[in-house]
Amino acid sequence: MDYISISNLSKTFEGSDCTVPALQDINLSLSKGEFVCLLGPSGCGKSTLLNAIAGFIQPSRGEIVVNGQPVREPGPDRGVVFQEYAIFPWMTVARNIAFGLEIKGASTAEIRERVDVLLETLGLSEFRDRFPKDLSGGMRQRVAIARLLAIDSPIMLMDEPFGALDALTRRTLQDELLRIWRESGKTILFVTHSIEESLYLSTRIVVMTYRPGTIKRNQIVTMLHPRDPAGAEFNELKRELGHLVMEEQERHTHDEMKPV
Amino acid sequence: MPLLLLMVWEAVCRGGLVSPIMLPSPSAITIKWVEWLRSGELLVDVLGSLGRVTGGFLLGAGLALPLGLFMGASPRTYEYFNPIIQVLRPIPPIAWIPMSILWFGLGNPPAIFLISLGAFFPVLMNTISGVQNVDSIYLRAARNLGAGRSAMFRRVILPAATPYILTGIRIGIGTAFIVVIVSEMIAVNNGLGYRILEAREFMWSDKIIAGMVTIGLLGLAIDQVMNALNTYLLRWHRGLDS
Ligand SMILES: Nc1ncnc2c1ncn2[C@@H]1O[C@H](COP(=O)(O)OP(=O)(O)O)[C@@H](O)[C@H]1O
Ligand SMILES: [Mg+2]
Repeated sequence: MDYISISNLSKTFEGSDCTVPALQDINLSLSKGEFVCLLGPSGCGKSTLLNAIAGFIQPSRGEIVVNGQPVREPGPDRGVVFQEYAIFPWMTVARNIAFGLEIKGASTAEIRERVDVLLETLGLSEFRDRFPKDLSGGMRQRVAIARLLAIDSPIMLMDEPFGALDALTRRTLQDELLRIWRESGKTILFVTHSIEESLYLSTRIVVMTYRPGTIKRNQIVTMLHPRDPAGAEFNELKRELGHLVMEEQERHTHDEMKPV
Repeated sequence: MPLLLLMVWEAVCRGGLVSPIMLPSPSAITIKWVEWLRSGELLVDVLGSLGRVTGGFLLGAGLALPLGLFMGASPRTYEYFNPIIQVLRPIPPIAWIPMSILWFGLGNPPAIFLISLGAFFPVLMNTISGVQNVDSIYLRAARNLGAGRSAMFRRVILPAATPYILTGIRIGIGTAFIVVIVSEMIAVNNGLGYRILEAREFMWSDKIIAGMVTIGLLGLAIDQVMNALNTYLLRWHRGLDS
């Protein structure tokens, strides 16, 4: 029984002057507890797929079923970490984390306790009463992750969450995400265009093609965590995936050179 | 610089270069102002004007804010109200004076009505743009976290639109101030506007200017309060400086 099941999914964006076949006939299943990376050059439809699962956009054809229920609209069972920092700038760190719990109508004591634990878990305790404007990009994404952990979404959809971070901060957050994943057993779908990031994190890598967006390769990654980015197996896979992604990247570049 | 200006002004008046009716000296104005204050009348006038501004503003802004939130959030509501608003908005409150007297008689009601009109449109227009400009990423995030309609309005749309709304409030208060002075010149028998007009009957130039200065100082004080409110409410906001 698949936890997330995507069948024959297509999405075409109808613009005024052109139509973009963003996704075409996507068939993909995720089991509970998997950590799947969507990998592909920019513009290949990764965000579109993730947003369709999240319920933000309606597919043109096909269906997405999550835990036996067809996806119709966004819901807290599928928490999203956005590429742009989408934490609320008018709320303090603690209020941001508490938001989903307050919506659910949790008691003040319960919210307080949960928020305290999450602040601690993500190393945010000293920023509890700060506003996001005072936080670095890495800290903001920690808040975004904590905000989802607060409502305990069984599924986390992450759209290039660490894309804008410097290499060191990114590695730290990757490690923390792995720890959270291991401890919580959540199902994670993680979008990235970095081959190395997908290899460092996931149990399976789904490589996508560029226009139309289809699935090019379903690559299971069996290496144990923590993984060594300098190791032989890591680099073997990296080279292999590199070829696949490069082919798509070239089509992307070719597209961009075409006169409009 | 202001001190120098005052000194030149005083010297010009003392030297008899202009008649005291055309331009009374700063010292004469000050004396008149203190006299006005001592008589207790100044306080009545200031409170009268402030009371009308407050009442009219709260009424106008109080209606404009919810309407603006709905119009900004729902294209259908916007389409529905926009035509009438576009027609009414360019009519200056002053043009409503005759009808407001016919409708409400004399006294405070027409004044409050005119002031609320003056405050209504700036708050409305700014609230609408504020809501329309809320970054959709926040709406998505809130929906994702389970926010319903009411939480979305109160906790996301309203705070996100606050910078615009405060700008609207600021302009609205400015307009309310202009309108209160004008409306006091026609309908009531106290307030700064009334007093200025009364002084004109007797050609008390010193009192006219004393009244004008009082208006200026009140405006400045209100602006200071608004500034403080702005700084507090937008303490989360990344300003232009950072
Ligand atoms: N709202 C939209 N309207 C029109 N075209 C869109 C829209 N969103 C995305 N696209 C197009 O669909 C394709 C896939 O976009 P996206 O899913 O954002 O790619 P990725 O996340 O892999 O970079 C791109 O070519 C993009 O230009
Ligand atoms: Mg994307």
